[in-house]
Amino acid sequence: MAKLHGARIKRQEDPRLITGNGNFTDDIKLPGMVHARVLRSPYAHAKILSIDVSEALEHPGVLAVYTGKDVNPEMQPVPTSWVVPGCNIKPKPRMPLAEEKVHYAGEGVAFVVAEDRYIAKDALEKIKVEYEELPAVTHQEEALKEGAPIVHEDVEGNLAFDWQPAELDDEVFEQAEVVVKQRFYEQRVVPNPMETRGAVAQYNSGGGEMTIWCTSQNPHIHRMVYSEVLGIPESKLRIVAPDVGGGFGAKIGVYTEEALAGYAAKNLKRPVKWIEERSEHFLATNHARDEVIEVELAGNKDGTLTALRVVNTANMGAYLSTMGAGVPTIDFGLMITGAYDIPKAAVRTFGVYTNTTPTDAYRGAGKPEATFQIERAIDLFAHKIGMDVLEIRKKNLVKKEAFPYTNAMGLNYDSGNYQLSLEKALEMANYEELREEQKRLAAEGRLMGIGFSTYVELCGLGPSKVAGAIGFQGGLWENSTVRVHPSGKVAVYTGASPHGQGVKTTFAQVVGEKFGIPIEDIEVYSGDTGSIAMGWGTYGSRTTAVGGGALAIAADRVVDKAKKIAAHELEASPDDIELKDGVFQVKGVPGRQRTFQQIAKSANMAWNLPEGMEPALEAQSFFDPENFVYPFGTHICVVEVDKDTGKVELTRYIAVDDVGRVINPTIVEGQVHGGLAQGIGQALWEGTVYSENGQLLSGTFMDYTMPQADFFPEFETACTETPSPVNPLGAKGVGETGTTASTPAVVNAVMDALKAYGIKDLEMPLTPEKVWSAMQNRRELV
Amino acid sequence: MEISMKVNGTEKKSHVEPRMLLVHYLRDELDLTGTHIGCDTSQCGACTVYVDGKSVKSCTTLAVQADGSEVTTVEGLGDMEKLHAIQRGFWEEHGLQCGYCTPGVMMAMAALLRENHDPSESEIREGMKGAICRCTGYQFIVKAVQHAARRLAEEKEEQRLVQSTGEGGVK
Ligand code: FES
Ligand code: FES
Repeated sequence: MAKLHGARIKRQEDPRLITGNGNFTDDIKLPGMVHARVLRSPYAHAKILSIDVSEALEHPGVLAVYTGKDVNPEMQPVPTSWVVPGCNIKPKPRMPLAEEKVHYAGEGVAFVVAEDRYIAKDALEKIKVEYEELPAVTHQEEALKEGAPIVHEDVEGNLAFDWQPAELDDEVFEQAEVVVKQRFYEQRVVPNPMETRGAVAQYNSGGGEMTIWCTSQNPHIHRMVYSEVLGIPESKLRIVAPDVGGGFGAKIGVYTEEALAGYAAKNLKRPVKWIEERSEHFLATNHARDEVIEVELAGNKDGTLTALRVVNTANMGAYLSTMGAGVPTIDFGLMITGAYDIPKAAVRTFGVYTNTTPTDAYRGAGKPEATFQIERAIDLFAHKIGMDVLEIRKKNLVKKEAFPYTNAMGLNYDSGNYQLSLEKALEMANYEELREEQKRLAAEGRLMGIGFSTYVELCGLGPSKVAGAIGFQGGLWENSTVRVHPSGKVAVYTGASPHGQGVKTTFAQVVGEKFGIPIEDIEVYSGDTGSIAMGWGTYGSRTTAVGGGALAIAADRVVDKAKKIAAHELEASPDDIELKDGVFQVKGVPGRQRTFQQIAKSANMAWNLPEGMEPALEAQSFFDPENFVYPFGTHICVVEVDKDTGKVELTRYIAVDDVGRVINPTIVEGQVHGGLAQGIGQALWEGTVYSENGQLLSGTFMDYTMPQADFFPEFETACTETPSPVNPLGAKGVGETGTTASTPAVVNAVMDALKAYGIKDLEMPLTPEKVWSAMQNRRELV
Repeated sequence: MEISMKVNGTEKKSHVEPRMLLVHYLRDELDLTGTHIGCDTSQCGACTVYVDGKSVKSCTTLAVQADGSEVTTVEGLGDMEKLHAIQRGFWEEHGLQCGYCTPGVMMAMAALLRENHDPSESEIREGMKGAICRCTGYQFIVKAVQHAARRLAEEKEEQRLVQSTGEGGVK
């Protein structure tokens, strides 16, 4: 049989999706189902003086209109699920509907349920809310100033937390030969999966069981929290994530609307569907990034880096969302030194409340921001001492011999070979030739730029003990069950809950390889708390590293048991049985064998099992890894900036990523491409704009630039493979590498192109207008 | 209002509100949920279907506007027994990840191939304007369309051979 691990296998999930047979949340239709919509605050900050729902209730077809007064006393608040310790954190529990005050434009004030979605929408217009508008604050630095509007009365100075796990004396920087200081702004972006959020809730008033189908990246976490919010025991609450149309972090969060759908379903004894519209998504689903990052990087004239100090002022929005507080602290702060051996580092993060949509994880969560600041700072440092940006990287990258390597923030990088991916990228780019071409073009007056990103990121979340120590209100192990049916067909259940990553195929490859059976004989199930024991979901590139680790262990357990049965039937010792190509064979005795299918049948019939053995062939693993995994690599971006218009054209993009051992190279490439599109999107086009009084001006696809096909060149990608020692597959995680690495590579390339203008930094997104204006202002230098 | 249209080859008659969008009619009334909704401003292309052979965004078309038309959705494009070349291309070349944008994107790309049998990479990327995919980075979509173009050319060639030799079917 051909090898499955490492093979380019077509995806098993596709036949349904390409024939229109997918089953997304909005596709679910239940008998008697009714439709819900949320009335959202038009103001960023206002007192609610009164809400009059009488006219809406009289509207034909309207079944119920709930306000905060109705639901809040009967439900629990949605909690903050990452309570970072040691930072005086002040989470604000989030009630299902705003009652006295709204804190951002788009916050829900009423929930309408009607016979169809058109009527529900009509009814919204018939609800009369009287507001008293209050001054709003949208920017974190403004919010920290004396006299700024206060978002929550009991949170003084709008400071949600102040995290400072390590300090460095000023002296370190005063005495350094060279110090680079720079302030970066990571603009606010919207994750924007193509499927918006949504939920369908059904309640059985006889038995008290509830099922909620929803767009979730982590149904078990949603079950845990909604069980509390709704007061339904976990054993009676089933959360199903059917097909999910992308998540990118936005569907990790625990929100209020899904719970309200559950509340309404219970109350009305009818299934309730709530589906978010795109313009609603812009207001109501978590945003991301929005951090002011101030960096001081110290080192010597010869390019050796010695110390790094970073202050991050993060805009958390109006509430601390599910993982929100962990992103600019743990996720960001512990990775600030990147792929470089910088002996001393310190970080401080201020989390700030503002009158904006809450921010939370988005593809990479904290690591893209960490990578951005160090990759940009290192370029600035090189410029300052007149060193090549490639040389400074070569000089400071953690050496291969140093692994496992402990960075200055105390994280232990599992394995790495940073030089290897760097060399490979240089070779693919034909770097020397590129620099020559840059000179040639410069002579013609054209602005070409080359940008690097040599990065490492933290993935494969992660040891549960660590999760507890950093205040994450959950474990981070993963669960897989391998069930062999009497026919020899295999069902796999995973607690990781994918949404487009191709996990069905990847996992089938792992099991097929172990058992020596074709992947067509294996079905992978995910996303249903009713059939899967437990799981912590898909985010932080943890599915293959942690979920796949659990799977490999469970599959090995099945093989062990099957070998014992085969040995028993063949009257041999289990140690003498080998499994090859789906056949258990007594070593060196051809013909004395049992097929995988035969053993599956024997195990289930249980007519003749070894003494004391339980029937059936099934195993489960609850795998808790000993460490995170650290994918790494080198990206090289080539751009040309149009002198007349400021337009940045991407001419080449080279990405060499090391994601540990690769199971399906095609799927890995697909993940890298998608990640690149999002990271490059942030560098060049995407960005959220609020008006002064907190109106979201970039609230639709008409005013928020989503990357399109003709924005990109063909990506040139490759992998090096440095296995991770912390899981049985040697996998490292790939979902986030493209996003993490690409944003600084692009900005570094543009800055390289603009070098002649003396432009050191520009705020993202690098739109033509911004680049053009910057060039106009610096004309004299050229 | 009474409307009737032929959807994927089958005659459908319904009573709908004049304001009902075609996409809701297809999804909610006819249970053809392959066509998706990704936005409310007609930017994303997830809802693309054919009305009388022309690709339209069904989120900005009223159901009543399609009265008397022939409508094709992704369900009518092909099924597992006979996949359309574009579906085959998406599968072979990993042109989808979450698959949410995919039905609309495939409809748009199949329409592009009707007009341009051998589109270049930049023509495909250009033709993708008006469609957003958040997962793929588009590169494998380009490959999928090129794959489909080759396949369609082969199918045509086969048909030509069959016709010229006068045989009754593909051997
Ligand atoms: S749903 Fe029709 S274009 Fe987005
Ligand atoms: S495949 Fe997910 S949006 Fe295109």
